[in-house]
Amino acid sequence: MIFGVLGVVNFSHGACYMLGAMIAAILLRDTGMTFWVALVVVPLVMFLIGVLMERLLVQWLLKLDPLYNFLLTFGLTLFTVDLVKRQYGVSSLAYPVPAGLGGRVSLGSVELSVYQIFAAAFSVLVCVVVWLVLTKTRVGMIVRASTEDAERSRALGINVARWVTPVFGFGIALAGLAGVLAAPTRSVNADMGSFFVIILFAIVVIGGLGSILGAVVAGFLVGLVEAYGQGYVGQFSQVLIFVLMALVILFRPAGLFGREEAA
Amino acid sequence: MTEKRTAATGSTLELSGLSAWYGEARVLSDVDLTVAPGEVVTLVGRNGAGKTTLLRSVMGLHRQVQGSVSWDGTDLGKASPDKRARAGIGWVPDDRGIYSTLSVAENLQLPPVTGSDAWSVEQVYEQFPVLHERRDFPGTKLSGGEQQMLAIARVLRMGSRLLLLDEPSEGLAPVIVQRIGEIIRQIKDQGVSVLLVEQNVKFASTVADRHYLLAQGRVVESLDNDSFQERTTELLEYLGM
Ligand SMILES: Nc1ncnc2c1ncn2[C@@H]1O[C@H](COP(=O)(O)OP(=O)(O)OP(=O)(O)O)[C@@H](O)[C@H]1O
Ligand SMILES: [Mg+2]
Repeated sequence: MIFGVLGVVNFSHGACYMLGAMIAAILLRDTGMTFWVALVVVPLVMFLIGVLMERLLVQWLLKLDPLYNFLLTFGLTLFTVDLVKRQYGVSSLAYPVPAGLGGRVSLGSVELSVYQIFAAAFSVLVCVVVWLVLTKTRVGMIVRASTEDAERSRALGINVARWVTPVFGFGIALAGLAGVLAAPTRSVNADMGSFFVIILFAIVVIGGLGSILGAVVAGFLVGLVEAYGQGYVGQFSQVLIFVLMALVILFRPAGLFGREEAA
Repeated sequence: MTEKRTAATGSTLELSGLSAWYGEARVLSDVDLTVAPGEVVTLVGRNGAGKTTLLRSVMGLHRQVQGSVSWDGTDLGKASPDKRARAGIGWVPDDRGIYSTLSVAENLQLPPVTGSDAWSVEQVYEQFPVLHERRDFPGTKLSGGEQQMLAIARVLRMGSRLLLLDEPSEGLAPVIVQRIGEIIRQIKDQGVSVLLVEQNVKFASTVADRHYLLAQGRVVESLDNDSFQERTTELLEYLGM
């Protein structure tokens, strides 16, 4: 979505995911902020960070070659990761599962924690809300139109530039939210975002570049393959994602929902 | 932006000494052209003459230009495309520019309303019942002719006072071309001006007041519709069409 609206390949989403989790963990350690409060506060903080990042850096780079954007977001990622390492070290911070969501349940042969089910349901809820905003509101309509063709939208009187900053910030906020959601399920450290980039890449390839429905469905597929794969083949689940990616590239080069000409 | 008032008043489009480049290649040279309020003017020329580039320059989409484009008595200078659109210039691109991710109704309602004479959605549906029937379909599920209607309706709903139509008759069946001719005459009666790019000379002569012939980026002739009709064969040959 961000790629379409801005022409920015945002590989910094992995770093933002990590930042979201780190901020939540640090706030818990230093101020005792609970998971539920962090779920609201962290995305807001990340939104502001996103807006600043866009205003200060991305804005003027938009005029240059897309390759520079790629390099910028990549550089920004490395910078953020290193900054967090310097400040907080490489060891992981603990983030306990929030009260009331502990325990496990078994679904057939797969055993899932209550928290995993909560996180999955919450993600679906967020997806549905984003989906509704995109499809049912005027803002969503403008975002879809500008994603499809920014130049054409400008020629129809839409001030695309005015929407770029908030949409960018929103994307960063979502990545931060994903980080908070993930924090109780894994070790929170500076490197936790690196695999996220690969998953993000997989989602884009599988769903088709610029297809919003594709991104939602692919995100879900990748999540399922990872969760169920973990139950059956453990570490191999990450390989499964690449198998899925390879299959899609073989049979639907433009992605599941991509337009053929966009390939 | 320089707020220079020119002699012209009302919603006149005036290009003077407009030149345009793609890198080193000059594709428009010193074009002078005016479209008065309520006037339908065509721009005729063979493939690659620079017609699309001219429309894109007026819209502010093509930026490598020199010379001036003034609208409503104001030099547009470096004004952005969205600002020009909100000032009343409506662009109907050669590919119709219909969004596939928006429904027909959304395509229609996307642009902001900018003029006091803007058509209401009801008015559009009354004029184009097929758009009403298909209002919930993705925009690009319409036929070519229907997409052309939608693209024109979209800028009328916006309230544009000048329409830039880039080869609207291209690839369409004769009945539909005729329908587009009717629409152009109807909007002209409402005082809307049209700058029409056409290769279909016969169609051009049924709707326009005046014509500019463009060859290799230069205006080689400017004629009223009577002399245009008299000299059609000769002009076609001259243009190599
Ligand atoms: N993006 C571009 N980069 C370089 N040259 C271009 C570009 N677009 C057009 N040109 C060149 O500019 C000239 C004018 O093109 P333009 O599209 O304005 O012509 P046109 O009169 O609209 O032609 P047609 O009837 O085929 O639509 C052509 O020689 C074309 O090759
Ligand atoms: Mg053209």
